[in-house]
Amino acid sequence: MKAKTKFGIGIGIILISLSALAWMGAKQSQTYYHTIAELSSLNASAMHQRIRVGGDVAAGSIQHLPGRVDFVLKEEGKTLPVSYVGSDPLPDTFKDGAQCLIEGHAMPDGRFVAEQLQAKCASKYEAAPGGTESSQPASNSDRKS
Amino acid sequence: MDLFGSFALLLAFLCGLYAFGGGIAAIVTRRPLLIKSARHAGMAVCVLIWLGFGSLAYLFQTDNFSMAYVVEHSNRTLPAFFKFAAIWAGQEGSLLFWSFLLSIYVFSVLFAYRGKHPELMPYVGVVVAGVQLFFLTFNNFLASPFQILGSAAPSGAMQWIMRPDGNGLNPLLQYPEMVIHPPILYSGYTGFTIPFAFALAALLGRYPGEKWIHLTRRWTMIAWGFQGVGILLGAHWAYAVLGWGGYWMWDPVENASLMPWLTGTAFLHSVMMQEKRGMMRVWNVWLVFTTFLLTIFGTFLTRSGVVNSVHAFAQSKIGPWFLGFIGLVLVVCFVSFWRNRDYLRSDNTLDSLVSRESSFLFNNLILLVACVAVISGTLFPVLSEWVRGTKISVGVPFFNMINLPIGLFLLFLTGVGPLLAWRKTSMASLRKNFGGPLVIGIVAGVVGMALGLRDFYVTTCLILSVFVTLTILLEFYRGARVIASRGNTNLLSGVAQLTMRNTRRYGGYVVHFGIVLIFLGISGAAFNQDKQAEMPPGAQMQIGPYRLTHQTFDSTQLGNYTSERATIAVDRGGKQIIMLYPEKRFYPSNQESGTMVAIYSTLKEDLYVVYAGHSPDTQQPVIHAYLNPLVKWIWLGGAIVVLGTLLALMPNRQPMLALRTAVEPSRAAPALSPSPAPIQHYDGHD
Repeated sequence: MKAKTKFGIGIGIILISLSALAWMGAKQSQTYYHTIAELSSLNASAMHQRIRVGGDVAAGSIQHLPGRVDFVLKEEGKTLPVSYVGSDPLPDTFKDGAQCLIEGHAMPDGRFVAEQLQAKCASKYEAAPGGTESSQPASNSDRKS
Repeated sequence: MDLFGSFALLLAFLCGLYAFGGGIAAIVTRRPLLIKSARHAGMAVCVLIWLGFGSLAYLFQTDNFSMAYVVEHSNRTLPAFFKFAAIWAGQEGSLLFWSFLLSIYVFSVLFAYRGKHPELMPYVGVVVAGVQLFFLTFNNFLASPFQILGSAAPSGAMQWIMRPDGNGLNPLLQYPEMVIHPPILYSGYTGFTIPFAFALAALLGRYPGEKWIHLTRRWTMIAWGFQGVGILLGAHWAYAVLGWGGYWMWDPVENASLMPWLTGTAFLHSVMMQEKRGMMRVWNVWLVFTTFLLTIFGTFLTRSGVVNSVHAFAQSKIGPWFLGFIGLVLVVCFVSFWRNRDYLRSDNTLDSLVSRESSFLFNNLILLVACVAVISGTLFPVLSEWVRGTKISVGVPFFNMINLPIGLFLLFLTGVGPLLAWRKTSMASLRKNFGGPLVIGIVAGVVGMALGLRDFYVTTCLILSVFVTLTILLEFYRGARVIASRGNTNLLSGVAQLTMRNTRRYGGYVVHFGIVLIFLGISGAAFNQDKQAEMPPGAQMQIGPYRLTHQTFDSTQLGNYTSERATIAVDRGGKQIIMLYPEKRFYPSNQESGTMVAIYSTLKEDLYVVYAGHSPDTQQPVIHAYLNPLVKWIWLGGAIVVLGTLLALMPNRQPMLALRTAVEPSRAAPALSPSPAPIQHYDGHD
């Protein structure tokens, strides 16, 4: 066999196995982005997807309850009731008016159950200098394993 | 001072236009005087940028709160040290800082090679002037840090306002590491401009041979070293400040800094094939183009709001400019490549699957795959929206799944590659070089498994780490033994002499060893554990071998913040070890708070304790403790990588004659060697 053919085979094996891994990884961790407006029109199958929604925390809506934190997220006039049930403590930046990103599942009753929550202050907040791993006030249960 | 600064930058822009336009004219007309004046204009650009940067620093130090940018990022109580770091805390200042660091590189290059390489340097001058003009456009017209606070008076005229105090610096940045991390990372980002400029210049000018590679080798290494250290410092900062117990989470901003490092690493390796065998010319040129484009793309990613990241700079109007610049650079690269592609033909082809060439080839291939995976994972929301109409993001499992095997394969090549012969390696030499280390590595793996190691990747990592370390030690030992027996010295000074004779090769081995330690450190994450509990004073928590006792809790007013602090005594087997003070700081000036993590770090593991705030139900303090094995090895490995990089940057102590003329032809004897040295003996890596 010529050296070039051998290389071709070797490279092919590497690329195929890595693509397979990438596909598996993507399947395992994919999260759908939706706006609050889109959530209400999702069909039943989308209820099983992991969904990420962003918006602002409605002023005065944060309620600390045993085992969970309820609040209302609003975006472009639409509102979404949210229950945060994640195990990580809420970030310092989570307060009235904060920009907030949540990840979790939509429930049939229209409530959103969030397992992860990231927030940043709506005010003049500019995080760390570009190109740096800057503000991670987020509570995030993903960890390098 | 603000007028001074903005005028300096405006003048820098004008000089940049001259350096660019005049440089092109100089290349066309070949008039020596024009070449010289274009170069001087290029140097003037740099000096003017320094002045502009200096005046911004001055405005910060003197609390000039008539400047919008100063108001936004500083206040009176901020320590002077952080007032300096505040310069790059926002979009405008960090872009100026970018120009500033780039101008240091550019000035050094223009100055160091003044009057040398007359066929190459005018092109280099034009390329760097082009890049500088791009950033100066921001500094002057799109994101000037010298905006004055003002309001329209009833008459319609502008009034300027002086605020009594500023808003203060983001507390997440009020951390000593944050003062050195951005400069170092930016030095990496900007540094890749130099090899890019030389590569493009050599291509445009059809500069003969591989000389541009020798000229830029050290520049590339400096940029690469800075980038790597910058990434690690960022990881360390995230670990020590953000308080989520980890150091890397594949966030877009982290990925942006990793991508050029990956292609830069590929480039550092594959240039050796070009130097030794005249292969991979097209590949190398495109690798360095890609690396440069990725540095620009990374900046774009962190500033444009394309990808949702809590970290990134506020969404701004500068995104399209970056995309435009990237497109322009791509077109320039492609056109100059296409017109000069005959100049890049290879001298040789691959001979064997088991050879140095093939190990470099695979190294490059998978570094590139890693880079593509990181890019596509980062841009997944954007790509999926194009393709399927819905935004889908991928998370940490995606990145880990693909990058862990890639990392281990790279680790394997790290051990194997440097010892394979060029062209073809015989079975006998394979056995001689790798037999022992491989057997001992597998024994280590078996021992690990007997001790309870079950994770496939961790076990593989252990085997490979032992294997690679032993091959490196063996290399040092063999070389040093020869020197020691010839020179009648001991083995240790043999090692020192060996390293200094071929700094590039042995410095490279040291870097490889540092990488091994980093891999070991990362593999420790497989055994991370954490525990969170409400702990009123007096309560206890057991994590791993440690018992934490919450002793007191206090709240005090200090400097520019209020602090809430828990005092926690740590003991192990009844023996008191250390007191830890996890803390939360509240900054009234901008209503922000910051977490101060308390870490007890040993070689075996880190005990990482966070005061997570009050429990909303009971108002008791919540303590979150993590036990992270081997994390210290990552920082240790990073330090060794720096050491190795510095070694590889040093000149060889006893260079051969041919080597001296080849590396620095002009400095050694320009009159004697008008053409590149016939014998291709370059420093290092044999």
